[in-house]
Amino acid sequence: MNKTTALRSMKWLRWVVIPAVVSTALLFASPAYAQDPDPIEELTRGLNTVWILLTAFLVFWMQAGFAFVEAGLTRAKNTTNIMFKNLVDFVFATLAFWAFGYAFMYGSTASGWIGTSGFFVDASLDDVVGVPALAFWFFQLVFAGTAATIVSGAMAERTKFSAYLIFSFAISAIIYPIAGHWIWGGGWLWTLPFGAGFRDFAGSTVVHSVGGWLALIGALALGPRLGRFTRDGKPIAIPGHSISMVVLGVFILWLGWFGFNPGSQLAIHGGNADAVALVAVNTNLAAAAGGLVAMVVSWLFVTKKPDLTTALNGALAGLVAITAPCAYVTPGYSILIGAIGGVIVVYGAILLEKLKIDDPVSAVPIHLMNGSWGTLAIGIFATENGVTGLVAGNSSQIIAQLIGIGAVSLWCVATGMILFHVIIKATVGLRVSREEEFKGLDIEEHGAEAYPNDAVGSLGVAD
Amino acid sequence: MTKKIEAIFREEKLNVVKEALYEIGIIGMNVTEVRGHGRQGGIELSGRTGSYRVDLLPRVQLNIILSDRNVEKTIETIQQAAQTGSIGDGLIFVYPVDDVIRIRTGERGHDALTYEGDIDMLAEGGAKVEVQMQATD
Repeated sequence: MNKTTALRSMKWLRWVVIPAVVSTALLFASPAYAQDPDPIEELTRGLNTVWILLTAFLVFWMQAGFAFVEAGLTRAKNTTNIMFKNLVDFVFATLAFWAFGYAFMYGSTASGWIGTSGFFVDASLDDVVGVPALAFWFFQLVFAGTAATIVSGAMAERTKFSAYLIFSFAISAIIYPIAGHWIWGGGWLWTLPFGAGFRDFAGSTVVHSVGGWLALIGALALGPRLGRFTRDGKPIAIPGHSISMVVLGVFILWLGWFGFNPGSQLAIHGGNADAVALVAVNTNLAAAAGGLVAMVVSWLFVTKKPDLTTALNGALAGLVAITAPCAYVTPGYSILIGAIGGVIVVYGAILLEKLKIDDPVSAVPIHLMNGSWGTLAIGIFATENGVTGLVAGNSSQIIAQLIGIGAVSLWCVATGMILFHVIIKATVGLRVSREEEFKGLDIEEHGAEAYPNDAVGSLGVAD
Repeated sequence: MTKKIEAIFREEKLNVVKEALYEIGIIGMNVTEVRGHGRQGGIELSGRTGSYRVDLLPRVQLNIILSDRNVEKTIETIQQAAQTGSIGDGLIFVYPVDDVIRIRTGERGHDALTYEGDIDMLAEGGAKVEVQMQATD
């Protein structure tokens, strides 16, 4: 679909294709096969399907990364709950995106606003971007799952499980696919008459800002965790229970991003290989720059010591920021984009604290602020693959980027307010009781501790 | 005479109790995490293949060593601050203490127990000392 670039040089393929053609011709040298599909096309289709599915599997694995980051950054008494929310995110995303989400996002468009075909996906759909529709569906599904799972961290340690189920279904079935249709579904933002139209290569806006906005609206609707601010408004840090889990989670996410961004080329043959290589390198450079700058900025000006979670958040910030521009900028500009992301994540977290917004894992600075920054950065630094920004003397691309950021923000704020303040508060309620929050959501919501105390429970040996 | 107060109550009440005690001039204390049960029988938790009972529930134990004359006021303060009215609120024990020795100075008895601005100093007309606390809701 639209994420494919036009570069289709296939020179290198001859080393694979010629022997294949020759052997095929020798085996089936009968006229009946003359009508069969071109073997080069067959191979290309196979190769691209492998690429898309393989990168989709990497993106799926990011669910594990989110689960570990969020659990590690919160308290032991809420571990079962936060892990469970990460599971239901993907469970709901899979079923909702199969039934409705995909159709709303990639179905034939109704005036550029919403897709209207392809409900209850099956193998009867035609090939998309030269691969089986089911492979394309699977790739898009894991992105929908990522948008959903961003939110659980910002709402951690105080959200009712039942309320979270409603949210998780709504984002995967409606909120994410419709915003996605405007952009990747070929909707009105994709075709904006400024620059190349609104561009977001792998989802700084489509995935991360959407998740980030809902995280912000959710955290605001909930209010801070008990004990997060003193009565006179002074913030008190609530340390997470396992830094080791956080580090593992961040590295899993970082690896997953090599599926997220390079996979978004949606093809690997010919000139796509060059684009994929650029995307992979840019992605990694931005992450490194974000991690370094967040560490240094916070060391010099904030914590006065090198802080590990800040540096890890900086790497994630760089990854989110480079997600939109990774195919359109040079490696040098990628470092700059990631570095600015590292500054944003440090001061974004401080800003939220000043506003008395409690975001236990910094999902808002990472996904919302850097998602918006990365999307805007296309309008400034783009020079590659048919998109140009301010540095190349094109001042119209940034207009398209600003319109896109604004439109998606409005959509998410409106749907988020209705979802959290109207639908959820009127039905199951959003926040657990004060008593439950003290005891921990594991015991009250699930009746199961993440770390049972064998010695003093009644788990001991029976005679 | 010197006494020891040992109060066992809900973990979530620790900050409230501490704050109420600072308010009346009880400054020195120590706290341990304990598990146990009284009349409340524990809670049922579920495992993958069934449920199990945790009959020893977490509580905090707050220990204070103080002069006889301050015991009643302190007990009253803890009892009010730690109360929720539900079963499982805990208990307060009072014991006699033979002697107290401050390791740093070698002071003994009453002298080893007094702090600037504590409940005894307040009773003798001393000025209150602000203790740095993070009061939260």
